[in-house]
Amino acid sequence: MRSEPRSGLGLSLATLGVLLFLHLPLAVIALYAFTTEESSFTFPPPGLTLRWFGAAWQRDDLWRALILSLEVAAAATGAALVLGTLAAAAVWRSRFFGREAVSFLLLLPIALPGIVTGIALRSALGLGEIPFSFWTIVVGHATFCVVVVYNNVLARFRRTGTSLLEASMDLGADSFQTFRWVVLPNVATALLAGGMLAFALSFDEIIVTTFTAGQQETLPIWIFSQLARPRARPVTNVAALLVVVVTAVPILLAHRWTRED
Amino acid sequence: MSRLQALSTFLYRRPRLALALLLGPPLLWLGVVYLGSLGALLLQSFFQLDHYTGQVVREPTLATWRALASRANLDIVLRTAGMATAVTLAAAVLAFPLAFYMAFRASRRVKALLYLAVMLPLWSSYLVRVYAWKLILAKEGILTWFLARLHLSGAVDGVLALPWIGGPSLSLSPVGMFLAFLYVWLPYMVLPVEAALERVPRSLLEASEDLGAQAGTTFRRVILPLAVPGVVAGSLFTFSLTLGDFIVPSVLGNSSYFIGQAVLAHQGTSGNLPLAAAFTMVPMAVMAVYLLLARRAGALDAL
Repeated sequence: MRSEPRSGLGLSLATLGVLLFLHLPLAVIALYAFTTEESSFTFPPPGLTLRWFGAAWQRDDLWRALILSLEVAAAATGAALVLGTLAAAAVWRSRFFGREAVSFLLLLPIALPGIVTGIALRSALGLGEIPFSFWTIVVGHATFCVVVVYNNVLARFRRTGTSLLEASMDLGADSFQTFRWVVLPNVATALLAGGMLAFALSFDEIIVTTFTAGQQETLPIWIFSQLARPRARPVTNVAALLVVVVTAVPILLAHRWTRED
Repeated sequence: MSRLQALSTFLYRRPRLALALLLGPPLLWLGVVYLGSLGALLLQSFFQLDHYTGQVVREPTLATWRALASRANLDIVLRTAGMATAVTLAAAVLAFPLAFYMAFRASRRVKALLYLAVMLPLWSSYLVRVYAWKLILAKEGILTWFLARLHLSGAVDGVLALPWIGGPSLSLSPVGMFLAFLYVWLPYMVLPVEAALERVPRSLLEASEDLGAQAGTTFRRVILPLAVPGVVAGSLFTFSLTLGDFIVPSVLGNSSYFIGQAVLAHQGTSGNLPLAAAFTMVPMAVMAVYLLLARRAGALDAL
């Protein structure tokens, strides 16, 4: 489309502005992890230091929260990988009544506000008189992680088509051999990418977790509880940076593995 | 191996059984855990809390729903809906230039980069991104420093002095919440708008130019109407996410509750799970109506 050069400049500037709005705040997080100021958010920082990383390293409560978050994310990702792949395989191989409804049902937990999923699970725990545990967190997380794996794997299935499967079966392989030697290598990177995204989603989730964790503290809940305490600010800033890094890496990897060249 | 082969053949001959085995676990999980929980939620809202014993009375009653309709609770609902509307409108305005640039101007390479630039914040920690605004908006923080350089400090004080949207400082005011909401939900608006613009047939733009329309006219009469489904799809996210959030108001808000905070408080310290459940039905009902309207407008195809 042709247009006036001046409107082009205005558009570029507006685009740049929106991009800065989307990304500068994360740079702020990185900067404040190094500030020497302890109890306020003074800008510019009076000095820079690595001290808080050492202080964070020695905080047992931070370690416990980090480890719990990693364990929950690993377990939820595992469940999501199995359930998401099964659902994707079913939707891909067969046509059946209610096929569209399956996609919708899987999407629902992330389409509805997190608070709905959270309070719904909390209501069920209350009615069933089920005590909070590690597994109540995992169940909540897996519920909204399934769709990420499902979408990734189904997209890969659709792209590869069925001819390879037919060739494998024609050559005498049974369905397990076909799965092991044809299907799995084909969807491996999609599984990995879906798993990475599910992991990132679970690792920094806070809304659903608030309702299913009881007294347990995952890393986001730990950070949230620290926000009310001014003295803890430097360590909170370090933890915030840690969350950004731990989630950004799997997201970038997932992006690499699913890029369509 | 032979036993596996036998099993394979057995399943191959019974595609219905194979399908049931594949579909069973995920459907059971979501059907029982998720739909079951939603049912439990609905059920809870028809119980009520006995304020003397602090126990939930498990007998069907409409008392909790009547309590929800009180003046104070309606204020909470209206306050949240007002914020969600403001955030949605602003997100649509801000998303447009970026989406337009991605769809019409950017080369393939740049488009891929921009796509990543929008996706990355979408997936990265939302709590931390809200927290970043606490740092930015703090009294001694970046924004104050920056505005002082521009000699605009007076303007901020003026905004903060306004009724409704003002507050003691930017980090404790509806203005601050608005900025943080806008920032965290903006990618959800950019992506569907971009997808809608991407699907505008280029031939229509040429036809419009051939018929003598200026660039501005083409934009208003051709591009904008075709982008509407994308904006509606994006607004589904921004509106729904704002309605159900309690992190932004807890980190940046003042003492006036939002729906999410009310739900959190009722299910937590006061143990009034029925009222928390009834409160959650508000965003669900609003979103259900909104979804139906959006579907009629054909906006869901743009997702």
